[in-house]
Amino acid sequence: MSESVIHVEGLGKRYRVGQRERYVALRDVLTRAFTAPFRGGSRNGKPDYLWALRDVSFDVKPGEVVGLIGRNGAGKSTLLKLLARITRPTEGYAEIHGRVGSLLEVGTGFHSELTGRENVFLNGAVLGMQKAEMLRKFDEIVGFAEVERHLDTPIKHYSTGMQMRLAFAVAAHLEPEILLVDEVLAVGDLNFQKKCMGKMQEVSRSGRTIVFVSHQMNQIRRLCERVFWLADGGIHRVGQADRVVGEYEAEMLAGIAPANGDRGQAKARFVNWAIDGSEAGTPNVLATTGRIKVRFNLALPDPLRMGHHGIALYDSDRHVVWGNAVDNLELPAGAHAFVHELPSLPLRPGPYTWKVSLYQEGDLLDAWECVPEMLVTTKPVTHPKDEWAGLLNIEDQFSVVSKEKPQI
Amino acid sequence: MTDVSAIAESGVLPNRMVLRITPPSRWWELPLGEMWDYRELLYFFVWRDIKVRYKQTAIGAAWAVLQPFLTMLVFSLFFGKLAQIPSLGLPYPIFYYSALLPWMYFAGALANSTNTIVENQRLITKVYFPRLILPFSSVLSGLVDFGISFLMFVAMMIYYGIRPTPAMIWFPMFLLLAILTALGAGLWLSALNAIYRDVRYVLPFLVQFWLFASPVVYPSSLVAAKWPKWAWLYGLNPMAGVIEGFRWSLTGKGDPPGYLMVVSMGVVLTVLLGGIAYFQKMETTIADVV
Repeated sequence: MSESVIHVEGLGKRYRVGQRERYVALRDVLTRAFTAPFRGGSRNGKPDYLWALRDVSFDVKPGEVVGLIGRNGAGKSTLLKLLARITRPTEGYAEIHGRVGSLLEVGTGFHSELTGRENVFLNGAVLGMQKAEMLRKFDEIVGFAEVERHLDTPIKHYSTGMQMRLAFAVAAHLEPEILLVDEVLAVGDLNFQKKCMGKMQEVSRSGRTIVFVSHQMNQIRRLCERVFWLADGGIHRVGQADRVVGEYEAEMLAGIAPANGDRGQAKARFVNWAIDGSEAGTPNVLATTGRIKVRFNLALPDPLRMGHHGIALYDSDRHVVWGNAVDNLELPAGAHAFVHELPSLPLRPGPYTWKVSLYQEGDLLDAWECVPEMLVTTKPVTHPKDEWAGLLNIEDQFSVVSKEKPQI
Repeated sequence: MTDVSAIAESGVLPNRMVLRITPPSRWWELPLGEMWDYRELLYFFVWRDIKVRYKQTAIGAAWAVLQPFLTMLVFSLFFGKLAQIPSLGLPYPIFYYSALLPWMYFAGALANSTNTIVENQRLITKVYFPRLILPFSSVLSGLVDFGISFLMFVAMMIYYGIRPTPAMIWFPMFLLLAILTALGAGLWLSALNAIYRDVRYVLPFLVQFWLFASPVVYPSSLVAAKWPKWAWLYGLNPMAGVIEGFRWSLTGKGDPPGYLMVVSMGVVLTVLLGGIAYFQKMETTIADVV
């Protein structure tokens, strides 16, 4: 017996094309049955099938927090649905050791006519909580959701935010050994998001296993230890969260960034680049918000006179994050390193691209869109939602200063 | 067919369950153990149905009485007083109401279970539970209405001064048969409606047709007298046995539905088992369809 809590072997799910949306009418089936004999076997081939997931095998150890990333349609949700037993696989199998709680939607089973109190019990039952367990946690759930005063109001009179808080509160108090979560944290306001993240971290610290799907790379970075990158219905890459998310973002970026054009008959050439002090094998990974040195190695066949060197750093949206230029460079022929030392580069985690150039008396010698991209893998400390996290990853020391008497 | 079977692992992982998630097998099995594990959810579904129903109608529980009572009045007037259909020597209101009790329950349960999969599709696509719970709960939640309209029946019995006879002890059995009949038909209809969405449009016609094929407005003895050789065929409609049984056990009038019952029970069992099998066949793909 292995010690994994989830063991998946050759798992695959095949859909009939169009099956996911369409349903048939009995009327059509009957019409077809009656007219079929007269149409002379016009059965045009087999139906089209689509493998949403195929040949997926992996293990998850107890207490691990695993993130599933990938483009839409890569198979993330299908995989989660298979593990949650919402749909059955076409081939292969999965073994799950322990109680599973799935949170594929916030507020599953809520009924708008019922009161907050009634919905807590209904939703809890749907998610697999026993009544005794719910009674025990009821106050805690209600406190977490901050809806004490509206408990006996039908939830159709609740604001969306209140409904969301109540729903997450119930789900958060599930105590399964394995929690499957799909993108549910993508909703709600800032406080709610923070609360959810906090609760998830608490859950993972208590030794429970979480499998988490998200498009918010920031959330994945914060929560997950290991990441499965799914593509075309299979596992494309598995590894440490920072690394795999970085690679994923780099590839997403490659799709939109201009190709590193022909550098032609360069009279000088930037050969490679590295961050000083970075770990061996990953010269492009920036893991600190402290002082850094970035080194660009240059091969110079002829001496340089009146040189001009430009440098720019782009983010994944092709905005220049930082740039600088140096004039009047005089260098002998040979190998040189251009070193840029910055006191700090507190960028939000993600892929960035350096661009360096070298001119002589106004003539371009080389312009290099550096490969590989620089991956910033520092711990995110800003807003948990990508669109509000901003460009800078800077710690906020928040406090409230109050005066006794308001001054007008 | 849920071979997502839970086996308690010995030794290595004490008190842990091992779930095996596999492709659906061809074999049919009744997940009774799993249904039992989810009995609280069944309870909550029934409870939700009842709460919501009584919250949504302005007259609430009165509806459960009014519906059969008004129907009884119309039947008594037209089929009884005008058409002079024999009523086993019972006052027409008692004759009709005793049949409308199981019939209204049955028709309501069919309507509920036909829609249950489609109505709960958000739930089905987001969380796992044995789907069989849904038709079960729609059939069970109708029992509350049934209980309320039964109280009305008791009042009518007192008004007409009809005393219950020893036949009364058979009543629970007929009630059970009514529940199983509703469940059997409900399983088929809920599964069919999940796959073919127009089934619910066929339902009102089906229910009406079924009403006249059942001894609600007439006693089944009328059928047996006219076509004695084919009376057993009539028993193929399990509601015939149920309704005759209700009348006989509650009022003591008429004959105990002997062999009619045996045929009915056989049919119910077949419909029920077939319904479970068909439902589970549907269940394996339902999350992909709804």
